[in-house]
Amino acid sequence: MTYLALGLSLGFVGLAAIVSRYQELGLEKDLAIGVIRAFIQLTIVGYILSYVFAAQNSLYIFLMIMLMIIVAGRNASKRGKGISQAQRIVLMGIAFSEGISLLLLLGLRIIPATAQYIIPLSGMIIGNSMVAAGVTLNRLNSEFRLRRGEVELALSLGATSKQAALPVIQSAVKAGMIPTVDSMKTVGLVQLPGMMTGQILAGADPVQAVRYQIMVMFLISGASAITSLIVVLLGYRCFFTSHAQLVLGDS
Amino acid sequence: MTKGIKLNVENISLVLREKERNSTLLDNVSLEICHGRVRALLGPSGSGKSTLLYTLNRLREISEGKIFLDNTETRMLNVLELRRRVGLVMQKALFFAGTVSDNILYGPRIQGKELPDPDHYLELVGLSSDFADRDPNTLSGGQQQRVSIARALANNPEVLLLDEPTSALDAQASEHLENVVAKLCRERQLTVVWVTHDLQQARRIAQDVTLLYHGKVLEQGEAADFFRQPSTEEGKAYLEGRLGGVD
Repeated sequence: MTYLALGLSLGFVGLAAIVSRYQELGLEKDLAIGVIRAFIQLTIVGYILSYVFAAQNSLYIFLMIMLMIIVAGRNASKRGKGISQAQRIVLMGIAFSEGISLLLLLGLRIIPATAQYIIPLSGMIIGNSMVAAGVTLNRLNSEFRLRRGEVELALSLGATSKQAALPVIQSAVKAGMIPTVDSMKTVGLVQLPGMMTGQILAGADPVQAVRYQIMVMFLISGASAITSLIVVLLGYRCFFTSHAQLVLGDS
Repeated sequence: MTKGIKLNVENISLVLREKERNSTLLDNVSLEICHGRVRALLGPSGSGKSTLLYTLNRLREISEGKIFLDNTETRMLNVLELRRRVGLVMQKALFFAGTVSDNILYGPRIQGKELPDPDHYLELVGLSSDFADRDPNTLSGGQQQRVSIARALANNPEVLLLDEPTSALDAQASEHLENVVAKLCRERQLTVVWVTHDLQQARRIAQDVTLLYHGKVLEQGEAADFFRQPSTEEGKAYLEGRLGGVD
């Protein structure tokens, strides 16, 4: 794609700006900032990726993945306000699911061990794990508040913290996995996923692109489930003292 | 600690730190709860009655002082074991998903014990075995509270803590529940701590009373003495409905 073509595509943003102006939404400034940031961030990432791909150095790959995990972890942990150690928990969940996924992908030789494969796939795994972790954490927080009576009732009958938190745990894991499961159900019918679209636009055989996409969907569903589970199993403990007493920040 | 005292509360305080400021929920509270008797915890709203109740089975942690169950400090006991021995019935009847029977058997089930016959516990609270398979959420308020008591009894507690169990019930259902508890006390030597707002109810059910105000014990002793001649001005004011709530 030429820079001219890219420049012309700005027209679509112009269209959005006109709508904003016409409807007095006041989004023009945010749109402008968004355009500039997207342009700068993606251009920098493009150059970094070209460098990393050319270098084929494992250390660079590792550093890229670490950076992605840290940014994703910081972002998702914002959803866990009031949960002590939310950031540590989310980082562990995302890192673990990324680790397991890469181990399977490389160990079973599903993809070659090159930066071109590892980095984009890691991006998808980490991105989806981030969403799963955020939703899970958010649900964990709200469910404990909503079901406070039920949890304390279970504790009063001699339940352990884990037994008392079970309905909350189930609900939070389920909430974390729903976005992935839903998108698996409608994939190809409602939208062509980004990776597949990208490959097809770049001239790849659609059948080959579909195969990769299916693998990615499976990968993402597993990674989201692992992330949600780790976040919940580490997270629920933050709501209890060591003497099985429920603590909800505000109480 | 004398014989016959089931629960001995010694100088307990509960201080919560909220946003840079401390709030004292219980302030140097002491009381002795005798075996096989009913003690009513009285006091206006926000006086710390429910908080005190929740410290007895360690659902709330005290900041200072000690609580003894049969002469053993509760902090030395396994907390899950303590909660089975000191059962709690909450103000609002809440139920886990499932039938009345599933709810009654919750305690034994989570322990992985052999499940007892739920009909036995229904009978103890004056309900027929027809209730076992019903959805507890379809029962009347009084029946729901009786199922809550049956559920607590399935752990075979020695003490039963009741947190205003009749506050949402009509007079007839309240009286029925009082009779159930009185019978349990008589026949099973159960020790009961009953939080109530209702002075008439306290007169009917309690042998001992403790009057709390602003987290402190104002007065306590035998119920008959308290209702005949309160020993403090605040006690007298409370009986005459002149002691205001905190919230």
